[in-house]
Amino acid sequence: MTAFILRRLLWLPVLLFFISLITFALGVYGPGDPLQVLLGLRANPETIERLRREYGFDQPFHIQYLNYVTNALQGNFGYSLVKYRDQPVGALIAQALPVTIQLNLVAIFLGLGIGVPLGLIAGLKRDSWIDLLIRGIVIAGISLPIIFLNPVLTFLFSRRHDLVFAAANLKFSIGPILPMVQGYWDGIFSAKVILPAFIESLGIIAVMTRQMRAGMIEVLSEDYIRTARAKGLRERTVILRHAMRNALIPIATILGLMMGGLVAGSFLVENWFGVPGVGQLAFDALFARDYYITMALVLLIAVAYVFSNLVVDITYGLLDPRIRKA
Amino acid sequence: MAQSDLFATRRQSAQAYILRRILTNPPAALGAIVIGLMFVTALFAPFIAPYAYDQQNLDQIEKPPSAAHWFGTDALGRDMFSRIVWGARSAVFVILMVTLVNLALGIPLGALAGYLEGWADTIIMRVADILFAFPGLLFVFFVASTIKPGVMHWARSSGLSELANTGYLDYAVVILALGVIGWAGLARLIRAQVLTIKQREFVLGARAIGVPTSRIIARHILPNAVTPIIVAMSMGLGDIALSEGYLSFLGIGLQPPAPSWGNIIAENAGRYWRQFPQMIWLVFIPGLVLAAIVFAFNFFGDGLNEALNPEISD
Repeated sequence: MTAFILRRLLWLPVLLFFISLITFALGVYGPGDPLQVLLGLRANPETIERLRREYGFDQPFHIQYLNYVTNALQGNFGYSLVKYRDQPVGALIAQALPVTIQLNLVAIFLGLGIGVPLGLIAGLKRDSWIDLLIRGIVIAGISLPIIFLNPVLTFLFSRRHDLVFAAANLKFSIGPILPMVQGYWDGIFSAKVILPAFIESLGIIAVMTRQMRAGMIEVLSEDYIRTARAKGLRERTVILRHAMRNALIPIATILGLMMGGLVAGSFLVENWFGVPGVGQLAFDALFARDYYITMALVLLIAVAYVFSNLVVDITYGLLDPRIRKA
Repeated sequence: MAQSDLFATRRQSAQAYILRRILTNPPAALGAIVIGLMFVTALFAPFIAPYAYDQQNLDQIEKPPSAAHWFGTDALGRDMFSRIVWGARSAVFVILMVTLVNLALGIPLGALAGYLEGWADTIIMRVADILFAFPGLLFVFFVASTIKPGVMHWARSSGLSELANTGYLDYAVVILALGVIGWAGLARLIRAQVLTIKQREFVLGARAIGVPTSRIIARHILPNAVTPIIVAMSMGLGDIALSEGYLSFLGIGLQPPAPSWGNIIAENAGRYWRQFPQMIWLVFIPGLVLAAIVFAFNFFGDGLNEALNPEISD
């Protein structure tokens, strides 16, 4: 176990070096010239030249990279070049990160709350019509493209519902759910969070349901379940105390892996619903050629992913003695 | 089951058995039909589409579905049915090419890593690790928007400026971005397969009589690793279609007027989501078509997985 953790920890700096090198190269040789975007096509060439020197873009690649890494290690990820002129990238991310983490937490909560019970039922009622229905819903959930769900759900839940539900004469208004229309993000305790969080939770629901179903099916065929039944425990106790708890172990792993994904915002969802999170920031930066922001975000997400993987591997070893021995 | 049936199934070939299992699984069969329809549509797009994908009729703007325009017309008076039909061709082309690139990179690299082990394994799998560490879609967008000017510049400087103006290069950008990133998962899978298969006696036997390594990998190991590769590929095809849709939606992939379901939705979603009748044929129908394809691939992949690995379902 110790050797395993050590090996992973030693590999970490190498991985980070390559990730930073690739993102930096993509950024520097990447899409368009940020100064050109900033100053426009008819800018004075001398101004461009002066700014290029000021920002250090005239240096050779390895010097630029070294400067970037030295600054980044001191917590300075550069400045926004175009979109949020001269604001430090670190501060921009610090503003956006809590929003995305909150939204993702709501999405994970929804995913757990919906996915685990669905998977439990599907596993217990295996191959019945309800199992087929749940599996169908799950595949539907991951198949519906976000670019389709965004406008269609927004439309359905907007004040235009009167057009859709006119025939049924349903009188309910879910207007405030709609940040697109209202314009502002109000934090996770407003109704506006429901639609974006629900759309982001669809993938999580699918993963949870599948894992829970497979876990239940596997666990129910174990000897200790037969023993529990044989010693006359009530079926409810067998399922809730013995089967479900064991089927939940892999769910914990998946949750751990998702913690790395907490910092990654979905830009399709955040952009459509006007959520000022990481996804929105990445979206703006990508289209404004504001590459210090894009680079910092790609780095941040990659690092979070690597660390959460590491933490999952270690905790899994601690939780399950069979793995620790192996 | 009667005894004669038992013998009948035993005599079946593996392919017939798999086919039967897919056809008797309703979602998978439905998926197969939808996928088949998409391929036929893509192949015969010029004969199926009543109009050209970029043909405008300015007398017919935002018209609802009718006999002349089955799915209505958009703000520029283009026939939505024709655009969606041609969109199938874009989608199929991108799916096939990306799969090809993924296979061409993933199979040899994964097989080499698994067979040779040692430093080759370390290098290949570490590269795969690095690719895995990058955030999915964001990285694809980053890469696609980064290589695009390079590809354009290359085309212009090598005398292909005609080509650079047609939009064919947008396909190249999408295919390169998705292909270069997507092989890592496949390589991991193949490596794991090769690691177990090469322990088997027939590989040892082949090595003992001096069969060269490349031939052992190609003729003895890979054919035995085909099943999981097929399952993984069929599950991934829907994701490729989806990624192409998202790239085109964001304006990094295929550019209008080139038809892609993603950019059809992009052109209309922002403008029409709140206009009741128009949004039905301008946003809902193209979105539903994309959803149906991804659906079909997922259902089919699931069915194929069950058919090829009966122990999972029993």
